[in-house]
Amino acid sequence: MDFELTEEQRMMRDMVYKWALKELAPIQEKVDEEDWFPPDFFKKCAEIGILGITIDEKYGGLGSDVLTQTLVVEQMSRFAPGLAMTYAAHSNLCVHNIHRNANEYLKEKYLPPMVRGEKIGALALTEPNAGSDAMSIRTRAVKKGDKYILNGTKIFITNGPVADVFLVYAKTQPELGAKGISAFIVEKDFPGFSVSRKIRKCGMRGSPTGELVFDNCEVPAENLVGQENMGVHVMTSGLDVERIVLAGGSVGMAEQALEYAVNYAVEREQFGQPIANFQMIQQKLADMYARTEAARLLVYRAADLAQKSPRGGKGTELTKMAAAAVLFASETATWVCNQAVQIHGGYGYCLEFPVQNLWRDAKLYEIGAGTNEIRRIIVARELTREAFARKAQR
Amino acid sequence: MDYFLTEEQRLLQEIAYEIVKERIRPVRAELDEKEEFPWAIMRDLAQSDLFGIWIPKEYGGLGMGILENCLVVEQLARGCIGIATTFAASGLGAYPIVLFGSDELKRKYLPPIARGEKLAAFALTEPGAGSDVSAIRTRAVRVGDEYILNGTKQWITNGGEADIYSVFAITDPSKGPRGASCFVVEKGDPGFFFGKKEKKLGIRTSATRELVFNDCRIPRSRLIGKEGLGFIIAMKTFDKSRPGIGALGVGLAQEALDISVEYARKRIQFGKPIISFQVIQHKIADMAMKIEAARALIYSAARYLDTKADAPDASKIAAMCKVFASDVAVQVALEAVQVLGGYGYMRDYPVEKLLRDSKILQIYEGTNEIQRNIIGQELNKEYGRIKESFIR
Repeated sequence: MDFELTEEQRMMRDMVYKWALKELAPIQEKVDEEDWFPPDFFKKCAEIGILGITIDEKYGGLGSDVLTQTLVVEQMSRFAPGLAMTYAAHSNLCVHNIHRNANEYLKEKYLPPMVRGEKIGALALTEPNAGSDAMSIRTRAVKKGDKYILNGTKIFITNGPVADVFLVYAKTQPELGAKGISAFIVEKDFPGFSVSRKIRKCGMRGSPTGELVFDNCEVPAENLVGQENMGVHVMTSGLDVERIVLAGGSVGMAEQALEYAVNYAVEREQFGQPIANFQMIQQKLADMYARTEAARLLVYRAADLAQKSPRGGKGTELTKMAAAAVLFASETATWVCNQAVQIHGGYGYCLEFPVQNLWRDAKLYEIGAGTNEIRRIIVARELTREAFARKAQR
Repeated sequence: MDYFLTEEQRLLQEIAYEIVKERIRPVRAELDEKEEFPWAIMRDLAQSDLFGIWIPKEYGGLGMGILENCLVVEQLARGCIGIATTFAASGLGAYPIVLFGSDELKRKYLPPIARGEKLAAFALTEPGAGSDVSAIRTRAVRVGDEYILNGTKQWITNGGEADIYSVFAITDPSKGPRGASCFVVEKGDPGFFFGKKEKKLGIRTSATRELVFNDCRIPRSRLIGKEGLGFIIAMKTFDKSRPGIGALGVGLAQEALDISVEYARKRIQFGKPIISFQVIQHKIADMAMKIEAARALIYSAARYLDTKADAPDASKIAAMCKVFASDVAVQVALEAVQVLGGYGYMRDYPVEKLLRDSKILQIYEGTNEIQRNIIGQELNKEYGRIKESFIR
């Protein structure tokens, strides 16, 4: 088993770390305080060539792997978790899924401008009444001539208020349930599409979250991604990779919270000595490190598996490990960041110190991209699948 | 569960909860968003005589105890712990005067505090003295009939809004912790200034400011008790106030549970209300158990401390209330956000604020780490007095 990152992965990790420290760390307080999305963010990402990590070179991408993508999200999340999520929603949830599932025409049309940062991407699945129960989405797509007509509402859509290109899931044959879902590419200028509002959040501020309305929205039939009624495969395979990439964000937040906590514990003196000398602080720091490194290994391992797996979804090792990775990493991050706030004491509660921001941000990944409750159900389903099959044969 | 409260105690709960329903819930999100001090609600609380709870009757108060204070702040915390903290901090600021003040100080300061006309504040923490309170550096030097104060206090709740401050300062640096004293300083005293308002993760409606003393001159009569009693006053005050922090945690957690259960009964996924799923049932079951355990601890501890004024284990019991209930509050608030899922994370729903607010309970009035130190050290002393062996 090889635990070493490749030269290319290490270079990408270190480059993004330095870039995020220089470009994002100084603006994060404003991003969080004002829920501010820096308009030149994607232009800056394009300048360092990180918008098409997993995309073929012929569309302008790097042709690299899922682990490299995960490392980028991890490093960016250390200083700007909300912007890192916005980046991941574009590069992975939207661009990567189109790359994997769309035909050549759509790829040539949509990928290059998105990889260049000229167009911003988003993915639209969740609806007001379809959160954990994703298959119960009600947005309808009805074919009329050479168009699909979409009607419905999507909620909690990362990048919703700023995106140009949306990968949208809708029901083409509602009576077939999960087997009646299709995926479409919708542009923000298509007639009948609108963003009804920007939603304010506890954390991950600066990452714009929106509610989308499709009111007889006209989508060219050629914008169907994959085959009609096969959208669930696009969705579940995509979710596996999405979970791993976002889990990288959890690892980054935990890593950075630990670094802040170590530095503070060494600097801060109480009772005549650095508080790092007290066992109670030492126990906290040791647990924070152990859990963070355990999360990192699981997430990297899952990213490696994602690269090697032809597909994800029900019945695959990938779907189980991806769910476990984000479950463990997200709970680790919330826990580690909470400890970091505690070590900082009163300073940790004040907005000038970044640990409280990391804590608020970290909580999102226990909820977004399938709650931890759903992830546990997936892991258990996969764990028991074979045993149930054997029992049925007896 | 019935805790066999008296008619009077139940009435206090009802009065406080009425204010929560009518006045606090409708405005709490806005006060949090704008970081606006809750003056209107302070006036409502004043009109209901709640500021007088633990001020003796002869000074215009209700002459009640720790339990009654806990009952009231628990209810207020269901509305907003930023508001409840503002209210409780006035009691905290008054308590050194109640416990150790001269009759003159009591007559002058307690009646307006009891009527809610003036807010009080408690000023101990400094930039270099958080958990290590004995490291405070604010100096008070006696010159003739005055004390002259110099130094800086940090993160003072109600700072800038309160009129009356209990301020801890060193009168004799050679005596270490025994060289600290406590004084009443009024807003407007010469040489007394306020720093900027702190921006916080939660309890954003409450005001937190720095106090600056620059040759601040106060009359000698403002000394509370005697010189050198400072830390004893602080510790005795905390023994009275810390169960109240626990009660804030219980109230906040109760609100989180109430919202979670209501949501789980209404929210339909997979064709059923999510409360019909085990994972949600077990979450709310754990939340409810922890809340009830915390409440039971606080009520019985408060009754005990009210009944036995010189309880030898008062510090340990008070610390237990504070740690246990504040840990419960954070755990329950985290779970409430989780039960509400995406909605829980959004500012349109009240639980993300409960989570942000809850964290302060583990930090202020002595971090939970310091409370555990107190409990551990007290246990060590107690068992040192026991002759019996439990290890055979």
